[in-house]
Amino acid sequence: MTTFLGMPALPAFGSGNLFAGESFPTAAHRELGNAQLRANLGHATHTIRDKRQAVVAELPDWEQLRDAGSAIKQAVMARLPELLEEFETNFTARGGVIHWARDAREANEIVAGLVRDTGETEVVKIKSMATQEIGLNEYLEEQGIGAFETDLAELIVQLDHDKPSHILVPAIHKNRTEIRDIFLREMPGADPALTDDPSVLAMAAREHLRRKFLTAKVAVSGANFALADSGTLAVVESEGNGRMCLTLPETLITVMGIEKLLPTWQDLEVFMQLLPRSSTGERMNPYTSLWTGVTEGDGPQNVHLVLLDNGRSAALADEMGRSALHCIRCSACMNVCPVYERTGGHAYGSTYPGPIGAILSPLLTGIEAEENNSLPYASSLCGACYDACPVKINIPDILVHLRSVDVDSKRGKKKVPSQMDVGMKAASWALSSGKRLGLVEKGLPLGRLAAGPDRKITKLPGIAAGWTQSRDIPAPPAQSFRDWWAKEHRNAGGAPGTPGTPEAGPSRTLSPDTKETPQ
Amino acid sequence: MTAREDILSRIRAALQDSPQAPQIPREYRAASELDMDALIELLVDRLVDYKAQVAVVPETEVPARIASLLDGARSFVVPEGFDAGWLAGTGDDGGSRRRVDSPAAPLSVAELDGIDAVVTGSAVAVAETGTIILDGSANQGRRAISLVPDHHICVVKAADITGILPEALGRIDGTRPITMISGPSATSDIELERVEGVHGPRRLDVIIAR
Repeated sequence: MTTFLGMPALPAFGSGNLFAGESFPTAAHRELGNAQLRANLGHATHTIRDKRQAVVAELPDWEQLRDAGSAIKQAVMARLPELLEEFETNFTARGGVIHWARDAREANEIVAGLVRDTGETEVVKIKSMATQEIGLNEYLEEQGIGAFETDLAELIVQLDHDKPSHILVPAIHKNRTEIRDIFLREMPGADPALTDDPSVLAMAAREHLRRKFLTAKVAVSGANFALADSGTLAVVESEGNGRMCLTLPETLITVMGIEKLLPTWQDLEVFMQLLPRSSTGERMNPYTSLWTGVTEGDGPQNVHLVLLDNGRSAALADEMGRSALHCIRCSACMNVCPVYERTGGHAYGSTYPGPIGAILSPLLTGIEAEENNSLPYASSLCGACYDACPVKINIPDILVHLRSVDVDSKRGKKKVPSQMDVGMKAASWALSSGKRLGLVEKGLPLGRLAAGPDRKITKLPGIAAGWTQSRDIPAPPAQSFRDWWAKEHRNAGGAPGTPGTPEAGPSRTLSPDTKETPQ
Repeated sequence: MTAREDILSRIRAALQDSPQAPQIPREYRAASELDMDALIELLVDRLVDYKAQVAVVPETEVPARIASLLDGARSFVVPEGFDAGWLAGTGDDGGSRRRVDSPAAPLSVAELDGIDAVVTGSAVAVAETGTIILDGSANQGRRAISLVPDHHICVVKAADITGILPEALGRIDGTRPITMISGPSATSDIELERVEGVHGPRRLDVIIAR
């Protein structure tokens, strides 16, 4: 329809598992009560970040690789339409078939249709964030197609009817005993004598999946990279389940976000150095598979790729936020994040947890999407994520930017001012003039009265109660600094408000014992 | 509008500010300066770190090494283009123990599952990361044969060892079906404890022929 040409495209936000079901503060508050989770996570994130640090330090050119990676991704975003077309031409020329999907629903329908065309009712799956994002497994299930996760961690999560909590190690929130219990409960034919030794559990998974691999006719995967100049796709993995799925079935269906492109084959040398070291802290992951369309006599002969937008074009439209699309899903940011470490991945609600999720999810769904607007606040802005990111995504800056977008989007919408609004207004009135502040400070002794004889305020009213829920506030001093200064300088013979003698100022260190009764 | 047109026009609209593609700074290392001995030493160190078994032998001793590694195997598979001289020690039994996989007569998945070991060559290796790259050439065969049997014996020629990844990828045709192997199958999904061997070959023997 040529009539549509030239009309500005509206931002088309994503759908599927990108939405938090509840706000981050609510979910985090609940997750913080789980001491087991926190212990598992603390151990896991510290182990992985130490390993990462060690292998990153081995490379003399790590910063140069980051610079190259960052620039390559910037170039990809700037040239995205032409690169997609170039990739399409090359992949198609070698026998691959490309499908385009605007959103989760469309992608799910395409995949289900392709599976149905094969006459099969089962697929084996390689761990993939894109299919997690669109909720493919659940959709296929509704269509009568069984989807079997083959990555060990995804298998654990699937067997437990749980959700992944980390993008690299989805079952990081579970320890070995919990995993053994899940296997015993959910894995048909599991040995009742199964121990919780990780190698024993891995072998149980091998037994469980072996037949599936050898007989599966259809596999579904994601892709880590797509190289435009050769039409090549890449999957990076460890266990060999990826190789099984990519090689043995007759039909291979890959779902990939449109931002995963790299312009040239040469660019792979940058990302294959950045990704393994950043994600698992290894010099190289055990297995990487690369395929370009169809190769006669080797691997699947029906090869499909679903190119997924699902909000990526909307994220791209945000000039400040678009670099969130540079993400290569290494998860280094979540392993160094003090907030993720304590709340775990489920608190973020969306498929993408941690610092990158806090910016990516609201960019893909729009900040006005219900509950996702609390995600940009799920951060201390400490910047550890920015330091760890192999492609230098400035997550803290984007978080601040999204907070301002959130505030702007709410402006003028509220009819009744909230306690926060009233408080802020009062603070603004008081802080805008020295006289007003002095007046307010006259009320300090009232706070002492409220604190009582133990000199602690343990309960504040209204929204301020959140502050006193986990800490006490010491009683305010009997007089304000302003009053003390005025009195001091009157005593010292100076005029009030003028600088006193040198001895009067800095030499008077106020110890905790004396601070309430300055001389 | 088709989804394709729709998505491409959305992307073009999103880029209305016309961002410029920057020059890519490629100041990272393009090559290493290690000599052959150092390359071999580094590759061995990395492979052993991944729990692969490694032997460095003169080319003349490759047949004996392969034969001894296959000692316990009831059957093994080789790709059609594998150097027959290297199999001299295993004895040609006419096909009951030594199976040959070829494009004309590929083995079925079930057959591969019943075979104990596989012997292949390799295209290129990366010392710094302990990575061996197979590109489906005649001496490596199709991807399935180096995947399904539980024991992979892989011969790496010293001349094919590079120092760092950019050198190795520069030698490869990216449109071939490629498998990059760094140690045997492994997982770290349970409490991040590394366990060797899940779905891919649980035993990897590398013979470096110099």
